[in-house]
Amino acid sequence: MRLELIKRPQRSALFSILSPFIAFVLTLVAGSIMFALLGVNPVSALHAYFVEPLSQVWQLHELAIKAAPLILIAVGLSVCYRANIWNIGAEGQFIMGGIVGSILPVTYPEFQNAFVLPLMLLMGMVGGAAYAAIPAFLKARFNTNEILTSLMLVYVAQLLLDWIVRGPWRDPKGFNFPQTVQFSDAATLPELWPQSGRANWGFVFALVAAVLVWLMMSRMLKGFEVRVLGSSPRAGRFAGFSVGRMVFFAFMLSGALAGLAGISEVSGAINQLLPSISPGYGFTAIIVAFLGRLNPLGIVAAGLVLGLTYLGGESAQAALGLSDKVARVFQGMLLFFVLGCDTLIHYRIRLVGMTTPKLEPASKLEEVH
Amino acid sequence: MAAQHDAVPLLGVRGLTKIFGSLTACDHIDLTIAKGEVHALLGENGAGKSTLVKMLFGSLEPHSGDILWNGEPVRITSPGVAKTLGIGMVFQHFSLFEALTAAENIALSLDDGSPISTIAAKARALSYSYGLPLDPDSLVGDLSVGERQRIEIIRCLLQTPQLIILDEPTSVLTPQEANRLFETLERLRSEGKSILYISHRLEEVKRLCDRATVLRHGKVVGHCNPREETASSLARMMVGNEVKAVVREPAEGVETAAVLLEIRKLSRKPATPFSVPLKDIDLDVRAGEVIGIAGVAGNGQGEFFEAISGEVQQPDAASVRIRGKDAGKLSITGRRLLGAAFVPEERLGHGAAPGMKLSENLLLSRHATDARSFLGSGGTIKSAVISGAAQRIIQAMDVRKSAPDPEAASLSGGNLQKFIVGRELDRKPTVMVVNQPTWGVDAGAAAHIRQALIELARSGSAVLVISQDLDELFEISDAIAVMHHGQLSKPLPIAEADFETIGLLMGGAEPGRTEHPLEPA
Repeated sequence: MRLELIKRPQRSALFSILSPFIAFVLTLVAGSIMFALLGVNPVSALHAYFVEPLSQVWQLHELAIKAAPLILIAVGLSVCYRANIWNIGAEGQFIMGGIVGSILPVTYPEFQNAFVLPLMLLMGMVGGAAYAAIPAFLKARFNTNEILTSLMLVYVAQLLLDWIVRGPWRDPKGFNFPQTVQFSDAATLPELWPQSGRANWGFVFALVAAVLVWLMMSRMLKGFEVRVLGSSPRAGRFAGFSVGRMVFFAFMLSGALAGLAGISEVSGAINQLLPSISPGYGFTAIIVAFLGRLNPLGIVAAGLVLGLTYLGGESAQAALGLSDKVARVFQGMLLFFVLGCDTLIHYRIRLVGMTTPKLEPASKLEEVH
Repeated sequence: MAAQHDAVPLLGVRGLTKIFGSLTACDHIDLTIAKGEVHALLGENGAGKSTLVKMLFGSLEPHSGDILWNGEPVRITSPGVAKTLGIGMVFQHFSLFEALTAAENIALSLDDGSPISTIAAKARALSYSYGLPLDPDSLVGDLSVGERQRIEIIRCLLQTPQLIILDEPTSVLTPQEANRLFETLERLRSEGKSILYISHRLEEVKRLCDRATVLRHGKVVGHCNPREETASSLARMMVGNEVKAVVREPAEGVETAAVLLEIRKLSRKPATPFSVPLKDIDLDVRAGEVIGIAGVAGNGQGEFFEAISGEVQQPDAASVRIRGKDAGKLSITGRRLLGAAFVPEERLGHGAAPGMKLSENLLLSRHATDARSFLGSGGTIKSAVISGAAQRIIQAMDVRKSAPDPEAASLSGGNLQKFIVGRELDRKPTVMVVNQPTWGVDAGAAAHIRQALIELARSGSAVLVISQDLDELFEISDAIAVMHHGQLSKPLPIAEADFETIGLLMGGAEPGRTEHPLEPA
């Protein structure tokens, strides 16, 4: 016996829309089984995981803080994936955005005026875009596999950050802790409503980016170019669009957004550089992009859901003593079910018996006569 | 008619039905083939010929109906079963490995473990005895399309089939090669073998076949003796109504008209080991004329089209001139802006993006030339204007579709081609280059497209048509040039051209040019 995927003649429009919700429900079911096996009551665990983190206003602020980088990065990635370009290295571009954006507040801490924050954000975007240009160049020039190069550059960025905060940029008054100086107020991304919680302007950037990219993808020639080159590159060449230029455009746009997310996180939520500035936002954003069906507006919703898995992981750790790795498991299951549901919309499964070709008398057909 | 044969027919098909989703591709097909009979299967594209044949060869399973082999009901569940029964098939698109020799390719399909040398000897003997000489040790990559077809035929004959199915065998052959094939088929018939011959070339069918079954929209519309029918009565059975003949009035004053497309010493190195290099191609296309380029598939037509359209650019800017301006270094967009329009061979995935709507596919080739009307400030897309233009094209070209603005992939080949050609005609281009304008298009749509191309030329544009269909080229061209091994012959005015001359040129026998480095001796 073997399994075969058979392409469906038509795909259901209804299930295309329902797919992310079905995936979410399946994740909850599988999560309940996991909690039961861990010896925890699944109902109270799911409550601690998905409901408690949303019960107070300050917690909603925390959700915005977690969701902002996910949305920013995923919106950029959606453009890449629509263009059939596989940027897996957003985590590295996020980190490079954080590093390059921190040049001013770390090396010129006395430079404090109205220009410093816009400059930092701009430099963060340039840093992320420049870092993303490396796999783009390698793909366009040497036809390397961008999945490998962009992924490997993540580790380079992580180690660069680790070295820089332990070495040249270490805070001289920091008791030898691996960290940079705290940013001045002028270099700090302001909070939206300081009275009620910590959420900063990063969330606004994320929403603005989502709307702008949505407009580009659905209403502008550039978005049309992305979709044509992604779905049928030969037709794209016939249209006069360049595959090479698109590789650079998609990589650098997503790199810039990841870089903006990086410097927003560093300047807003952390306020200094540490050896690690991301709990894997760049990788989780891949799930966000697909859960949002590569639609920037869907990505806003998906970013909030995935942001919740981070908060839920912390909450479940506090309330039930579960490992915070549970959050990773949830994210992994969600991606698995999303991709599984999407595949089953396009294909159906058939069990095939391993029969050897032989002549069969058509007994069934004879009965018809 | 079937039952009138005295002996048990070799193959009987009763009520064979195949359903794909909502489409009934084959609807209760009845068919009988006697021993030693050449039976034609006629029908337009999409009539269900391929589906029927695939069921006979075991690639598809029927929903209902019976297949009788020598009077016995059988279930053909796989091509292996078909081969065991004695059914062999020669496909329209060959499945050969270019980097292997002919004998190795044959050995791969025989799968009986006999050594290559034995197979080569057998293949050589068989090929000579049937008048299809073949060197089993030659690399497939070096062989012409006609020779590759011989490998497929020999491979099929080595399995000593009683029924041979040939799917559009002459579509890739020169007239002379086709003649040789017919001799072989007649020889096979005299040995008592049966042949199911699929074609849309009616003259061939009349000449070769004993009986014919005509399919339309998945149903059998009639069995007949093609020798007693005329080409037009057969066409009427296939299409269901009279096809309007294409009208071509002789072009006047073309000799003195401006040269709108000028190709000078166009050469191109092969991009891949198996693509064809172009060598010193010269050609002028003047305002008001249609120039046809004939040639057997795979002689550089695709490479030529890419070089003219600007999908691939040339180092020498003067090698392609459009309206007197050097265009060799311009991109396809730059050439379009000079007034040129292009229709590639492949509809889905090249001329149109399959998953996109027709209006989006309109934008695909015209976003630069019609930027002023289709695009707003900052590159925003004016959907309403584009949809309006798409509807205009759909009406002008009589594109039949199921939804107001359907995805390109949901249209039938002929209707999509009408849209793609109409998309370019709607611009009134000064230079129009079309590769295989009616490949796989039904007769009605083909006539429409051909007439539109002639009218475009007569209105003062230069039209260049690359086609493998000689009938088509004779119907629409004012002069025909032949492409062979990446070289182009001088265009022959239509008054001086006939099938014989063009056929010889297609085979590579060009007067005045003797060097053919790729031709095996």
